[in-house]
Amino acid sequence: MNEAAGPIFRQVADLIETAIVDGSLPEESQAPSTNELAAFHRINPATAAKGLNQLVADGVLYKRRGVGMFVATGAREQLLRRRRSEFADQYVRPLMTEAHKLGISSAELATMIDRWADAR
Amino acid sequence: MTAVATLQDVTMRFRGHTALDEVSTVLEQDTITGLLGRNGAGKTTLLQLLTGHRVPTSGRVEVFGRSPFEDDGVLSRICFVKEGQRYPDAFRVGDAVSAASWLFPNWDADLADRLLTDFELPRKRAISKLSRGMNSAVGIVIGLASRAPLTLFDEPYLGLDAVARQLFYDRLLADYAEHPRTVVLSTHLIEEISDLLERVLLVDRGRVVLDEDADALRATALTVAGPRAAVEEFGRNREVLSTEALGGHARAVVRVAGPVDEAAATAAGLSAEPTPLQRLVVELARATRAAGPAVLEEVPR
Repeated sequence: MNEAAGPIFRQVADLIETAIVDGSLPEESQAPSTNELAAFHRINPATAAKGLNQLVADGVLYKRRGVGMFVATGAREQLLRRRRSEFADQYVRPLMTEAHKLGISSAELATMIDRWADAR
Repeated sequence: MTAVATLQDVTMRFRGHTALDEVSTVLEQDTITGLLGRNGAGKTTLLQLLTGHRVPTSGRVEVFGRSPFEDDGVLSRICFVKEGQRYPDAFRVGDAVSAASWLFPNWDADLADRLLTDFELPRKRAISKLSRGMNSAVGIVIGLASRAPLTLFDEPYLGLDAVARQLFYDRLLADYAEHPRTVVLSTHLIEEISDLLERVLLVDRGRVVLDEDADALRATALTVAGPRAAVEEFGRNREVLSTEALGGHARAVVRVAGPVDEAAATAAGLSAEPTPLQRLVVELARATRAAGPAVLEEVPR
């Protein structure tokens, strides 16, 4: 895992969330187990379990006794809502800070974004 | 959580030299603890106390609820893999493995066979003919296959190349996941094993400097960088472990309380990143030695 990206349990949770958001881990499908996560990411199983438990506490995953953890119905929508609300802080703020440093105005920035959208 | 081993106010003196000074710590059941520290910090002494190889000058050592010193009931549940382990001269690899299989009640012969193959250790090879790395590998095979409830590895990787070390970490993690037990890994290769650890025990000059959850530790120190004045300002009311400056730019490792501080650093126009364990350990060892406020260190050009 990335040592400079904060607690590993949070990184594990983020990766599973991303898989749910991009659809590679659909709702009601089984999430990777603690031991699978530990082996794949080469991390302590307790840390992997902590990441999974965080997602259970958030209502993103739920436990089926003796079977494992599954993605809750509505989890994708819930994660999208949360990531959208964090978007400004995570992406727009650093963008604006750098733009300000370079003397790029908000209007110029808006033009750039439009041009980028057109090019896609 | 259940304590597997407890050290309470343990002091160990050798002819005027204090190897351990009032050390107290607890090893919880089914955890992997990294025992970190510089050479001569007291790591091996601590392990020797846990395995009953030594009796403390003062203080209390308890393993599985009893004193480990000459208690066979306790000792059969401990596997101590020593750095540069010596075996009887005539021993072959297979003899060392057989001897271990009699010693440890949880011994897994299939696992031992698989590990011998993994590490390319022929059973018939004389141990005296093994390279240093292969000798270390024998210790690792025994340490893992013993499945001892308390397994201690004291710098088990001497002479092992990067591929073999990775093999050790992978096999340890896989077997630990299937058969949880209490493991202590004493090592200098912090970066390689930091993700495997649940607990970190850092000793320096016989004292415990850190005794914490490894993942929580990552959030306790930020590396901030940016304009020198802003870095200095950020460190004013916080514990600064180190500062380096290059002209108007500076970088500091600062102990913080949590996400609030990260937000504060970002708001002050600084870049802020969690500090990797290896870096934190180096800075803490340095800071405790300096025993004074960190001074702004100019990078020589």
